[in-house]
Amino acid sequence: MDTAQAPPESLPNRRIGERIIEGVILVAGISTILIVALIFLFLLKEGINAFLDIPLRQLFGDRWYPIEGIYGLMPLLVGTTLVTIGAVIIAVPLGLVAAIYLGEFAPQWLREILKPLIEILAGIPSIVLGFLGWVALAPLIQNAGADTGLTAFTGSLLLAYMSLPTIISISEDALYAVPREYRDGALAIGATQWQTIWRVVLPAARSGLVIAVMLGIGRVIGETMGVLLVTGNAANMPAFGPGMFFNPVRTMTATIAAEMGEVAQGSLHYSVLFGIGLILFLITFVVNWLAARLVGVSGARTKVGGQV
Amino acid sequence: MSRQQTQRLASVLITLTAVLVFVPVIVVIVYLIWQGIGAISWEFLTQPPRNGMTEGGIWPAILGTLILTMGTALVSMPFSIATAIYLAEYAGDNRLTRTIRMAIVNLAGIPSIVYGLFGLGAFVLAAGFGTSILAGSLTLGIMTMPVVISTAEEAINSVPQQFRTVSLSLGASKWQTIWHQVLPHALPGIITGMILGLSRAAGETAPILFTVAAFYVPTLPTSIFDQTMALPYHLYVIATQVPGMPLKIQYGTALVLLLITLTMTLIATVVRTAVRRRRDW
Repeated sequence: MDTAQAPPESLPNRRIGERIIEGVILVAGISTILIVALIFLFLLKEGINAFLDIPLRQLFGDRWYPIEGIYGLMPLLVGTTLVTIGAVIIAVPLGLVAAIYLGEFAPQWLREILKPLIEILAGIPSIVLGFLGWVALAPLIQNAGADTGLTAFTGSLLLAYMSLPTIISISEDALYAVPREYRDGALAIGATQWQTIWRVVLPAARSGLVIAVMLGIGRVIGETMGVLLVTGNAANMPAFGPGMFFNPVRTMTATIAAEMGEVAQGSLHYSVLFGIGLILFLITFVVNWLAARLVGVSGARTKVGGQV
Repeated sequence: MSRQQTQRLASVLITLTAVLVFVPVIVVIVYLIWQGIGAISWEFLTQPPRNGMTEGGIWPAILGTLILTMGTALVSMPFSIATAIYLAEYAGDNRLTRTIRMAIVNLAGIPSIVYGLFGLGAFVLAAGFGTSILAGSLTLGIMTMPVVISTAEEAINSVPQQFRTVSLSLGASKWQTIWHQVLPHALPGIITGMILGLSRAAGETAPILFTVAAFYVPTLPTSIFDQTMALPYHLYVIATQVPGMPLKIQYGTALVLLLITLTMTLIATVVRTAVRRRRDW
């Protein structure tokens, strides 16, 4: 706390009132840390039995049959991984190129139409996109020759568009942060616009682009309702190969959403679902922590207004 | 290939890819309106469902979503704005501040279904609120905090330093300066962030699955300890759990939910643009 300019000492009541308010504000700030800790502790409390009571060999086995009391997480981990990889393959090129287009190619008037369009995409509830994936997109994919329209690929496609707003807006900021002089310098020595972007702007914006992709991945891993509706929810181990993207899968998030409503509180199944939540929490925690380390959360956001 | 040809090719490919990104968004919106608009009538918006949900309206679900959104605002707003004031005006460059920022980044990244689990464990079971509007609002409120905190902090930071200097030099205390000078100027930005956060909360399904949402309740909720129907969950159940559900009603429900969240996004965008235009510093 800054104490460079203490208020006048002649107003004791005002000072006490202010101390109280400032105390409340400090508590609010600290509460954010407490909430993260509480979320972790509650997941741990309810989920720990899954890791204590089930032999690790079975827990990471490839059979998920809760009815028979077999809780192998592998099919769910594979499902989440497949859907995530597919979404990344689709969303990263689309998102980065769209950001380049917005930042470097699009005329001003078009940018003012397209940027709100991204906010609209971000504002569509995932259940609405999931619903459209279920009633409209899945039949299209089935007609295209797949055995079923509810596949890992359908989920990837849906999640790719759900993560595009994150990827586009963060990478656009990263491109925008590259100093004008870099572009002017490259263009002045005769580089074309594309050479400038490819050799100068993109490398300079690299760390921001990596963060954009990481946060996009974080969104994809955690998305629930979309994948619940369109991936077919079959907890099988797909045969390894490119064809596995076109089989039904089941993700970790969808498993929690689909099964938590039916389990008895305190049962092993209940603990396992919380255990999956704990794994998801840890994955996103690590992804966000890494992304934040890359930006330097502490250093980058210098105070603009706080130097009183 | 000469570099001019590369330039031309790159520019064409980039434009085509941009088309791939933006056109589907327009298609989705137009398609949903086209399919859903026929279902929307006064009765659809104001009546409860009838005949196993295959007839009638979706009023209880709309009302439930509005109540939950208000509950979310009540939980999220005081905490988030206080935290934003702390970060913008009081926090020094120290370990505590860095930890708080790290916590906010992590809160923003936690999957919504994990918030749902937390709400179930903490509010429904441990606190004993049961499956209730209170438990759902607390869960959604915590989920929206990161968005509201970061936009509010940005709004507070964008108030020019001179405003504070002048106020302090006239003898106002630090808190008086914040309350009378900084917050009024930051208010539109704070409201923008709040509405954006709430529009997200209004559309969320996963956090309310186990904390508040009911498949069907014959009466409207009368207390914060009641369950309620909510639009996102209603859409999920009628699309997947009710056999023989008319498609028209499904599309109509999806359209109503979309219109509610998009209206909120739109209001937030308009407020922000208007404020930026009018800003006189």
